[in-house]
Amino acid sequence: MSQLELKRNKALEARFVADEDVLKHISDNGGVKVRKDRAQLELNIKRFVKKLENISDDDEAQEILEEQNYVAVLGACAEDSLKNGSSAGGGEIYSFQTPKRSGKMAELASELAQTPGKNVTFESSQYPEKPASTPKSSKKYSASNKAELKSKKNEFVSTTPYRLRKRLTAPSLRSDSESDYSASCSEEEEEDKDHKETSDVILDQKTPSKTRAAPASKKTPAKKLKEEMTSNLVEEYFEAHSSSKVRTSDRTLQKLQKRKLDQQTLLVLLNKAPPAFTAELKELNQQHESLFSKWMLQLHLGFSIVLYGLGSKRDLLEKFRTSLLQDSVHLVVNGFFPSITVRSILNSITEEVLDHMGTFRSPLDQLDLIMKRFKEDSSLELYLLIHNLDSKMLRGDKSQQILAQLASLPNIHLIASIDHINAPLMWDQAKQSLYNWLWYETTTFSPYLEETSYENSLLVQQSGSLALSSLTHVLHSLTPNARGIFRLLARYHLENKDNPSYPGLSFQDFYQRCREAFLVNSELTLRAQLTEFRDHKLIRTKRGTDGVEYLLIPVDNGTLTDFLEKEDEDI
Amino acid sequence: KMVLAQVVYQGKNDSEDSGLRFATCQLLWKQINSETEKIQEELNKQLFDNLIHFLRQSHSELQTKKTEWMCRMKSSEIPTAALVLGVNVTDHDMTFKSLSEVLQDNVTPYVVSLQAKECPGIKHLLQKLMGQLMDCNVDVDSSEEEECVNISQKKIRCSMASLSKWYESVTKKTDSETPSKKRTSSSRHWQSPPIVVIFKDMESFTTKVLQDFIVISSQHIREFPLVLIFGIATSPMIIHRLLPHSVSSLLCIELFQSLSCKEHLATVIDKLLLTTQFPFKLSEKVLQVLINIFLYHDFSVQNFIKGFQLSIVEHFYSQPLSVLCCQLLEAKKRVNSLSHNQCENIRSLPSFRRYVESQVSEKQIALLTEDSFLKEVTQTLLEDLHIYHENYFTVLRCLHVFTTSLPKYPLGKQIRELHCACLGKSVWETEEYESAIQLLRMLAKDELVAILQKCAEIFISSSGKQFSNTVEKLEEFLARFQNLEETSEVQDVSVSSQKELQKTTDLYHLQKTLLALKESKRSKKLTKFEMLRFEVVDFIDSLVRSYLAPAEMQTLNEVVYFNTANTLREHLNAAPRIALHTALNNPYCYLKNQTLKSDVGCISNTAPDICIVYKLHLECGRLINLVDWLEAFSTVVTAVEGTDPDAVATDQVDEIIHARFIRAVSELELLGFIKPSKQKTDHVARLTWGGC
Repeated sequence: MSQLELKRNKALEARFVADEDVLKHISDNGGVKVRKDRAQLELNIKRFVKKLENISDDDEAQEILEEQNYVAVLGACAEDSLKNGSSAGGGEIYSFQTPKRSGKMAELASELAQTPGKNVTFESSQYPEKPASTPKSSKKYSASNKAELKSKKNEFVSTTPYRLRKRLTAPSLRSDSESDYSASCSEEEEEDKDHKETSDVILDQKTPSKTRAAPASKKTPAKKLKEEMTSNLVEEYFEAHSSSKVRTSDRTLQKLQKRKLDQQTLLVLLNKAPPAFTAELKELNQQHESLFSKWMLQLHLGFSIVLYGLGSKRDLLEKFRTSLLQDSVHLVVNGFFPSITVRSILNSITEEVLDHMGTFRSPLDQLDLIMKRFKEDSSLELYLLIHNLDSKMLRGDKSQQILAQLASLPNIHLIASIDHINAPLMWDQAKQSLYNWLWYETTTFSPYLEETSYENSLLVQQSGSLALSSLTHVLHSLTPNARGIFRLLARYHLENKDNPSYPGLSFQDFYQRCREAFLVNSELTLRAQLTEFRDHKLIRTKRGTDGVEYLLIPVDNGTLTDFLEKEDEDI
Repeated sequence: KMVLAQVVYQGKNDSEDSGLRFATCQLLWKQINSETEKIQEELNKQLFDNLIHFLRQSHSELQTKKTEWMCRMKSSEIPTAALVLGVNVTDHDMTFKSLSEVLQDNVTPYVVSLQAKECPGIKHLLQKLMGQLMDCNVDVDSSEEEECVNISQKKIRCSMASLSKWYESVTKKTDSETPSKKRTSSSRHWQSPPIVVIFKDMESFTTKVLQDFIVISSQHIREFPLVLIFGIATSPMIIHRLLPHSVSSLLCIELFQSLSCKEHLATVIDKLLLTTQFPFKLSEKVLQVLINIFLYHDFSVQNFIKGFQLSIVEHFYSQPLSVLCCQLLEAKKRVNSLSHNQCENIRSLPSFRRYVESQVSEKQIALLTEDSFLKEVTQTLLEDLHIYHENYFTVLRCLHVFTTSLPKYPLGKQIRELHCACLGKSVWETEEYESAIQLLRMLAKDELVAILQKCAEIFISSSGKQFSNTVEKLEEFLARFQNLEETSEVQDVSVSSQKELQKTTDLYHLQKTLLALKESKRSKKLTKFEMLRFEVVDFIDSLVRSYLAPAEMQTLNEVVYFNTANTLREHLNAAPRIALHTALNNPYCYLKNQTLKSDVGCISNTAPDICIVYKLHLECGRLINLVDWLEAFSTVVTAVEGTDPDAVATDQVDEIIHARFIRAVSELELLGFIKPSKQKTDHVARLTWGGC
């Protein structure tokens, strides 16, 4: 026992524990670890935190009042809280939260599934079983008693949002899906399991000290609680971010035996999905469309317009274009397109709008010319429509600077849309004043079909049709020898596809092989070829630990196989 | 362009004078814009004069040094003006623009302004410098044009040497010119004009570029006069932080402070808002929004004016009766040509309805049925409104003189605060006013007299005729104060009480005597001064009550007051994250469908896919397993569709649901809530924290 005590003193917070409690623990769980005390404490603290969020004690009320004052000061009049939903304060939206356990999503899902269109208060009788979240029978089930422990654990998982809390009183949830949970880092797995076990055990036995602790926490003075809360929030944040291990289930999409969809089938399938809320969506759109003439006016008065809000604003802008801009010079920029650059925007302005043939040394020179021409000729007028001004390609500081300067011209009228939550961070004061934004909230709820179609989403099969076609196109423009070189590399790449530690083909090796195949006669020619490949992003070079240069093809194996097959057919 | 905008305008509101409204709006904005520019110019005048003085001085020093060999050899210091402009970066551009204009007009044609973003390296800096200088040369001397073009075409190596050569050639040429020409140029510019280089945003320049430039140019300072101007947003300390001692010792720095943005704003408000010069007015809330954006967000006067512009545009766009928002005479004319439609618009104004209700019944009927009678009444009402404003601003300034002398400023220090207080509600009903009046009743005589004199000046300078009585009254007060002084009677009571106060030492007695004193004062007959003071304060109070009635109470105030602060805030100070969050969390806010109605924090399961997916992802930690997510999603969705959950329990998740899930997840990725993670297969990482 003295050893146990010692251990606690070392590893844990100093805390007074009544002897009988200690005795009880020991007699109850025999030789199990003592870390439970700590776990308990943590849990309790977490509970305090949670409770605090719910209890509106005086301090908090005061704070809320102050916040309201601030909002009132900012001129957020009462009438708009309805429309804008600005009642949601920042804290409510992006507060620090304790990391959540993995089962929660399934639970919430089942909760949502249970609510038929409207919310119903839950009773245990309404809770038959978790429906779809139960995995297939092939999954290993945990021992029944363990499962039970887990269900009880749920009672104490303090991270549960309070609206879930009531549901958690439902007895014996089957959360067997947890059985195959593991950390993302295998070396930490053991410890992790360890921890899990302990917590299980603790939770298993409702020690009296714990049950006492919970009500006691309520009585703690509000101030003290608040201090505790803030410090704990910080600690929890770093706790959650310090270790790289995150517990999530190990299941992969492959196990689902679901073929990955490619873009085409995805579209087909989505078209089959029944559209929802058409009437409401139409109404929303009509609201936005009524603003068109106002936008036009404001654009003419030197403002730029930025649209934000959930939902694709592409159709809206398109409609704006077709209804009002038909007769004027306008340029539509699809910012979401992965290969769009500021340069291409500037090029289309100089070449198509200004009819200027010639090259420029830098985008800045080009911008200078554009600004000069537009300043000289006040009859020149250009409407610039940019879908997704915040896309990956345009969000850079330099791009934004150039676009802002374009927008600052009185006869260039910019109307753009943004979607990313952090998009406004792109602009500092200077850029904002150049842009001279007027913000318009246009929540459309329409799906981002075009915008996401270029993204390499995890779920969409990187069918690589784009990559494949670019591969073939580039290679067709090359000499047969060059094609041979690439084929050689591709073959080697595919041969090694099952080797996880395949570093790539070293340059020397590659040179040897090419020589043997009579493809190159000197290192220099090979280098020249490789530069060409690299410029077209067909290969990537990497320096290994030994300083040797390795060559890699950054295309997935399926595409590569397809490509080789096609090549072989051609030959 | 104009025509097109008009067409746009007409697109929405027909037969409501939209074209005229647009023209009025444009005209008004033009006037206001030129007024703001004038204000800016006046405010900057002092600063610019100082700068020019500095330039002249340093320049003459350079000239004299040229003759003295010793000095020339020794000093290679570059005269530098450090211009501290404050944090309102957006306003700086305008200051620099007018500064370079002023310099070009008065001092030298060779003014170059550089921005950090144009000069990533010393090469670019010199290129820009040369480029701009060559251009100036063209401006000064058009005959030189060809040669200059040649030079720039050749793209001569941009170096200081070539710069000095260029300068030499340019100055020589002007010297050898015909005397008549010379005179014209020298009348504007000085002999051998200096090259002024303005660094607009000193802080953003890379240290290396600045250092290199300074070191290089200090080598050449003897060959051509160079003056630097640093635009500084933070504090002058930054010079020493950016430049090591060896470099900063090459500079001869003098500090200049520009006008603070708060003063600038105060002048702008004074000249644009607290005047009858412009018919357009801002309501209390709108003004509050604009001021708050200024105070809490950017300190930018430019943005304030932008907001003002926006409110003008909004007002003229949305209020059909804004056609009457012009000078009184013109407005009266326009009333006559109002359409029936517009008359109905007048009748539906809340303030007009109030007015009608206060009339006798025959007049009520006439007002509501006869357009011509309505027009007549409208004209008189507009005149009333105009007079109200004239009186309002005069009395407001007068009251401001009083309130600024009070301790703790119960009604605000700035006149804009007082203005807001008076615009919104009847100021005399507020507690602050009450306490202000209390404090006024305790003013000392000197102060009171001074204030009264100021007030009299204000009233005299005001255009309103109806204040002649007031002026008389004030002068009478002043005269009586004067008389008081002459017949200054010994205020024995107070003196004796003063003595008493000095006698008492312990707190209890002090309190007691004070109480007694108070008691006696209340019962005691007031001194002449006190009576007069009461009279003055009562007079002021009566002025306030009769002239500072809130604008909302005025009939037809809707014509000139822009009221929808909300739109202004939405457009200028938007909160995209909150909008996104609301849409995801509570789609009912946007889609008014009963099935979407839900409690706070909950979400209906019929909500759009992205909302459900978002809600589910909130339950996860840093990483999200896509399979779990997909299953959870399909659980929710299938439950809505009413399919048997057991059927789904088999491994077969509907393809369509799968596709919908994919779409929703990619959308979340686009919105920046998640990103693909390589930490574990089929996982995505969350990018936001919390969110319940």
